[in-house]
Amino acid sequence: MVQIYKAPLKDMKFLIRDFINSESNKIYKNSNIEQNDLEMILDEAAKLCEEILLPINQSGDIEGCKLEHGIVSTPKGFKEAYKNFTENGWQGVSVNEKYGGQNLPYFLNMFLDEMISSSNMSFGLYPGLTSNAIEAIEKNASEDIKNLYLPKLASGEWSGTMNLTEPQCGTDLGLTKTMATPQKDGSYKLTGTKIFITCGEHDLSKNIIHLVLAKTPNAPKGIKGISLFIVPKIIPNSDGTLGENNSLECGSIEKKMGINASPTCVMHYNEATGWLIGDLNKGMKAMFIMMNGARLMVGVQGLGMAEIAYQSALHYAKERLQGRSLNGSKSLDKQADPILVHPEIRKNLLKIKTLTEGLRGLMAWTGLQVDIAKIEKDKFNKQNADDWVSLMTPIIKSFATDVGCEATNLAVQIYGGHGYIKDHGIEQLVRDARIAPIYEGTNGIQALDLVGRKMPMHTGRLLKSFFHEVKEYIEKNSFNYNLKDFMPLLIKSYTRLQQVTAFIAAEGLKDPDEAAGAAVDYLKMFALVSIGYVWTKYAEISFNKLNNDPEGFYKAKIESGKYYMTKLLPETGSLMSSILSGAKSYNKYNDEYFDLGFKI
Amino acid sequence: MMKILVAVKRVIDYNVQIRVKSDGSGVETENVKMSMNPPDENAVEEALRIKESGKAEEVIVLSIGNEKSQETIRTGLAMGADKGIFVKANDNCEPLSIAKIMKKIIEKEKPQIVLMGKQAIDDDCNQTGQMLSALVEWPQATFASKLEIKDSTLFVTREIDEGLEKIEINLPAVITCDLRLNEPRYASLPNIMKAKKKPIETLSAEDLEIDTSPRIKLIKVEEPSKRKKGIMVNNVSELVQKLKHEAKVI
Ligand SMILES: Cc1cc2nc3c(=O)[nH]c(=O)nc-3n(C[C@H](O)[C@H](O)[C@H](O)COP(=O)(O)OP(=O)(O)OC[C@H]3O[C@@H](n4cnc5c(N)ncnc54)[C@H](O)[C@@H]3O)c2cc1C
Repeated sequence: MVQIYKAPLKDMKFLIRDFINSESNKIYKNSNIEQNDLEMILDEAAKLCEEILLPINQSGDIEGCKLEHGIVSTPKGFKEAYKNFTENGWQGVSVNEKYGGQNLPYFLNMFLDEMISSSNMSFGLYPGLTSNAIEAIEKNASEDIKNLYLPKLASGEWSGTMNLTEPQCGTDLGLTKTMATPQKDGSYKLTGTKIFITCGEHDLSKNIIHLVLAKTPNAPKGIKGISLFIVPKIIPNSDGTLGENNSLECGSIEKKMGINASPTCVMHYNEATGWLIGDLNKGMKAMFIMMNGARLMVGVQGLGMAEIAYQSALHYAKERLQGRSLNGSKSLDKQADPILVHPEIRKNLLKIKTLTEGLRGLMAWTGLQVDIAKIEKDKFNKQNADDWVSLMTPIIKSFATDVGCEATNLAVQIYGGHGYIKDHGIEQLVRDARIAPIYEGTNGIQALDLVGRKMPMHTGRLLKSFFHEVKEYIEKNSFNYNLKDFMPLLIKSYTRLQQVTAFIAAEGLKDPDEAAGAAVDYLKMFALVSIGYVWTKYAEISFNKLNNDPEGFYKAKIESGKYYMTKLLPETGSLMSSILSGAKSYNKYNDEYFDLGFKI
Repeated sequence: MMKILVAVKRVIDYNVQIRVKSDGSGVETENVKMSMNPPDENAVEEALRIKESGKAEEVIVLSIGNEKSQETIRTGLAMGADKGIFVKANDNCEPLSIAKIMKKIIEKEKPQIVLMGKQAIDDDCNQTGQMLSALVEWPQATFASKLEIKDSTLFVTREIDEGLEKIEINLPAVITCDLRLNEPRYASLPNIMKAKKKPIETLSAEDLEIDTSPRIKLIKVEEPSKRKKGIMVNNVSELVQKLKHEAKVI
């Protein structure tokens, strides 16, 4: 048996039809797209993911990538899959029509990326990195560069990479050493070594376009002296045909824990020709413009991993016969009952299910706000949408990728020993999911972004985009009888979040280490409350649909919601206690004490 | 240059586990995933390949049924067909009514090739193509697994019980497609978006003056009885005994 996955189309369509429909009409009106089209696109993408990408997920992990004479070969089936994917136009989903894309809503793109990540996270990185490169170029580069590179990237004929990390420079990009020396013709020569470059070299596309952070000779020290450059593997002629090879190479590829079908490359730039993107010394600004999108998409990877973990584990739990239900046997004709009868198994399955479904709604809503911010004419509404996205980005990136790890681990637990051995492909899910909390800004850094940047930004205006919305919702619905199992719990957790927010803001002013210490717990609390809000809204919607619910879809939503509100949301209580007790127990812990247990 | 007419039917998706309605009046289709009948996809694919080889200039997809059948036409258009014709009719049209409607459409559109699936996976009738061929008095090639066109002759390989049969027929002709004919393409994203702009002509069975009232009375639909549990036999002679006396198959 192998990994089990069918795209959760019903759930996605529920979100499109019932959950984000209150605001998504704005988007449809502004483009040539209708709700029906979205569903057709999802159906077609699902086929591609289930029939082409899923079957090469396990084999790709086992075979991995190989580097020989500077050339990286991808595992069997990846070339064909990439051809299928790009020839059918999927690289261009949200790219501007001007460059050959379809300019479709961002929230739709999130659904598509989720399916891709579920069915083959390694594969998804190739087009994923290209999408990041497209966004960075579109938002920062000159018209000439856009016209030369974007059509080829949007079609997938060329692919893209992001080169930030160096051996001495991970989180702290101010430590960048790669040097870019200006040339008379306006180009630059780049010299230096980048590490951990996803898809830095491979055999899927005809050219690879590297976006590289580097310093110019007289640049200011640290983060203020970083610029962004475009450095193609093969230098294109002005008509887009391929010219000479650039002087750069892939020195080696990492042996690593997971996503083995995607190469993680050491890239050497040896006086390679590049061109400046955006303004000199404003490389970080250019990166930040695309960072929201990239971080949301890593969150989507976490969600995708949780979904395939859930479906595989559920399938197994129904088939695996062990032990008897404590409440009388359920399958008397069999030697034992399916393990789905055991309370612990049910609890864990529901934990994954309610976290993924809740996150999916939170992400769809956030994706929609990205779309709204793009088209909204009203200044206040636009700002509100932007604020929501900036606030939710670290929360989604971090929490969803943590859920990806927890869910895949729980899936192994549900499979027992059969999850730990390789045959079923479940341990692969754990290994693949594990990178997502690390790259694109570690989850610790996301939490600091939330507490250190987003919280104080514009004197708390970003926080308001969330707190006001929920407050209004609570005021409107606190006497909604249908929601009697939901509102009190939502209100309680919301109040806790408010209280903790005030505490961190006050303590942080006195001692930044206090705020930093609480950051990860605070982010988790924020995520739990946000998802509690989503589940309450699901329930509200579902109660109104019960009269036409042949399959029990809406009934199930309500029941799932009750599980979330009573079993998972209460964790906000323990997180609050921990935060309110302050950070001294570790910040002031004597450094000498750490190694007393083993020091000789 | 010739036109190709492809008939496509909206059926319950092949992945869906069929549920019988509790009153036995049919199978549940409400809230159930519906798709294009699989061999009809082969028919669309083949039509597109003929067009791409330069031997035809237009591919028309036709669907007959309730309003939702237009979604199936859209699927065909998204695969690359040029235009759609939707004939509104009651849900359970029998093969003869469909063939009669198709005859009217053929008279109107004058295609040289009609491609359709060999059968629909919902009722498994496997009749419409044959009936249509008789009505329009064109040659037929059923269960096609390979097609080649040379001028106005069609070389067809047919999947039959004995193996493969190769025949030659003249155009115009009706061809029903087997799943082995080709591998249907995925609809590309640009084509899905383009499909929105392609025309779908809407007609109705009444417009065409075809009486679609059923000639067969449906009495009851029920689930097949559950399979009995298998048994292990100890040796070949026991197996032979059982096949002879219990199963009575040899
Ligand atoms: C498989 C893979 C693919 C990758 N793909 C790419 C890619 O395509 N392009 C690219 O440029 N990079 C890529 N990376 C690099 C990745 O983004 C970095 O590993 C990540 O940014 C962390 O940097 P680091 O590994 O140097 O860890 P460090 O920065 O050394 O961090 C170590 C730990 O310290 C914490 N920490 C560091 N600084 C702080 C701080 N100021 N405050 C609090 N905590 C802190 C971190 O959260 C982390 O827990 C990839 C890495 C891997 C493993």
